[in-house]
Amino acid sequence: MAVFRLTFTKTKRDKLAQVLWILNWISVVTGIILFSLGLFLKVEINKRGELMAERNIQYVPNMLIAVGLIACAINFLGGKICYDCVDTTKFLRWKLIMLPYILCTFFFTFCVLVGALMCYSMHGELEESLNLGLTEAIRFYKDTDTPGRCFLKQTVDMLQIQFKCCGNNGYKDWFQIQWISNRYLDMSQKEVVDRLRSNVQGKYLMDGVPFSCCNINSPRPCIQQQITNNSAHFHYEHQTEELNLWMKGCRQALLEYYTHILQSIGLSVLIAWLFELSVLTGVRYLQTSLENGLRQGDLNSESDGWLLEQSFMETARVNLNIIKSLGKCNQIDTANNGDPNINIPCTSKANYGPDNVPPKEIPEAS
Amino acid sequence: MVLLKIKFTQQRRVHLAQGLWLLSWMAVMWGAIIFCLGVYLKTELLRRDEVMDNTEIHVVPNILMMVGLASIGTNWVASRVCQDSMDATRFPRWKVLLLVWFAVAAVLCCLLIAVVVLSFALQGRLEESLKVGLRNGIRFYKDTDVPGRCFQKETIDRLQMEFRCCGNNNFKDWFEVQWVSSRYLNFTSKEVKDRIRSNVDGRYLLDGIPFSCCNPSSPRPCLLYHLTDNNAHYSYDYHSEELNVYSRGCRQALTDYYMQLMNSTGPGVLSVILIQISVLLSMRYLQTAMEGAMGLEDPEGESEGYLLEKGVKETFEDLKVNALTMLKFGQVDPNDTEGSSEAAEKDASPTPAS
Repeated sequence: MAVFRLTFTKTKRDKLAQVLWILNWISVVTGIILFSLGLFLKVEINKRGELMAERNIQYVPNMLIAVGLIACAINFLGGKICYDCVDTTKFLRWKLIMLPYILCTFFFTFCVLVGALMCYSMHGELEESLNLGLTEAIRFYKDTDTPGRCFLKQTVDMLQIQFKCCGNNGYKDWFQIQWISNRYLDMSQKEVVDRLRSNVQGKYLMDGVPFSCCNINSPRPCIQQQITNNSAHFHYEHQTEELNLWMKGCRQALLEYYTHILQSIGLSVLIAWLFELSVLTGVRYLQTSLENGLRQGDLNSESDGWLLEQSFMETARVNLNIIKSLGKCNQIDTANNGDPNINIPCTSKANYGPDNVPPKEIPEAS
Repeated sequence: MVLLKIKFTQQRRVHLAQGLWLLSWMAVMWGAIIFCLGVYLKTELLRRDEVMDNTEIHVVPNILMMVGLASIGTNWVASRVCQDSMDATRFPRWKVLLLVWFAVAAVLCCLLIAVVVLSFALQGRLEESLKVGLRNGIRFYKDTDVPGRCFQKETIDRLQMEFRCCGNNNFKDWFEVQWVSSRYLNFTSKEVKDRIRSNVDGRYLLDGIPFSCCNPSSPRPCLLYHLTDNNAHYSYDYHSEELNVYSRGCRQALTDYYMQLMNSTGPGVLSVILIQISVLLSMRYLQTAMEGAMGLEDPEGESEGYLLEKGVKETFEDLKVNALTMLKFGQVDPNDTEGSSEAAEKDASPTPAS
């Protein structure tokens, strides 16, 4: 009792082979698209590499790149096989390879599905990485004279300008760290010394933000210093003022940006997976109908094609038994001291030659 | 004395027609590219429309778009002529149209050369336009509550950040205008009153600049106010500080940007001129060769192709005479009409006798 049995005439088989040839080439293009999507994601992540802490987020674009390349190779081979299936003599060449090819492609489609699901699951890791990375970046904003961190200020400024965001969660993150380098602080001034003494770690903290937090859409010139002091500025109330600085935190802005990219990529990979699955189904039908045609002895006649020869449970049981017996082949039976030849009963009659005369017993020599 | 005569066998004529057909389709493609270049240039100019005073510079992209479209049409007609040229019955109907075609193609080449010249010549006008536009933009920066000028602040801020520039000529332009709106000034404060009284117009002038002038590459947090006062900031020297704000003026930055854009379209335009001229010359050879072949007893025999039937001077004389005759034809000459009516009577009188 086969699974999804279909009957194929010779013309139907040929048509199926031709259609599958075209579909395989389209799949090669899909593989290239997957590869380029993976490459794009890798480039985007590396562009903001300085703002992300060390986390396992590189595996998603790497997986997509690998899947894309393998898809190209598998579908190229599939196209060649389907092209040759129209011709009987050429099909015999591929006969033995077709079943392993189908099995490999089946496992490969699993990998494509896993790749698609990973795109959606990267969210949590990415958020962690951005959180830590941005905290570090804001902390080292002032270190423009330390080798390795000289350009962090420029990076953070350009990020805040480009993504229209301020700080990690909000602009108040800038109040908790010293973002003005000591070389620009006049230590002889009373105000500076007071601020340094006001906290345990001796940091110069102020309720001010860098210029890159300023909102372009504000009708008023940007207020960067003494943000929480309402009386320092005319006609200003910091609790209700929303247009002065960017209100969004940079972690949320970057997360939204990457989530948008990942969702688009994930959707494309899912569509590619469905396409691969349909091509695989077609190739399976082609393979079984051609093999059945061979079994009948005449490839030009009608033959059946199916997905599985027996039902799903039967196939699973048979395969499990095969795997088990493969395992037993290597085991040694310890009952007869390991010698497999002892105590095997004679199941067949002895054959004493054409006239079936048992030999005379040779008397023992005295 | 024929100009640049070439002999054409039937085989060569066929090759010429095929080659010209390919060349004219290539010219159609280049015409489309020129049109797209014109559209791109126009959109870039329109994007910064608010900081430009006049639209004189728009003549360059307008001509490019027009020439692009005309070139597509002209070269498509050329390809049709090539297709028909091998058929002796269909070729003669293009005879009159070809004269018009030559004129149009020549005009297109002239227009393209004019575009190249204009894009260099109008640089001065562009700078003037930007100077006035930016000056107005900076003056109306504070008027975010005046209808029609509400977005001037956003435009100028965005411009300064995108093009990494500050002010019109440099950042000192901001010292000469009041860029802080009066609704955010505390008029009871002594400092504000002093500043307003310090100049004739009663404007609140300060040695400060908007935040969009800040240079992110500066190692130091941006200094916006009291820029000319060395004592206001620690370890600061106004004369030697270069990285704090953008040192380039926006007029210079925008002019450089647009000049670079127009110069990069230069090679494209020059190649289109070359292709158009070669299509023109090949079409002339094809026309004269085909007409010569059709005049022969054996249409498949050898014929001559040339650029001009007589020399350059003689052709000009001929054209002048033709043009004058056409003009005279429009005028009514009294002597001529008498003469023609007499001739008509003379023609009419012998008829009853015969």
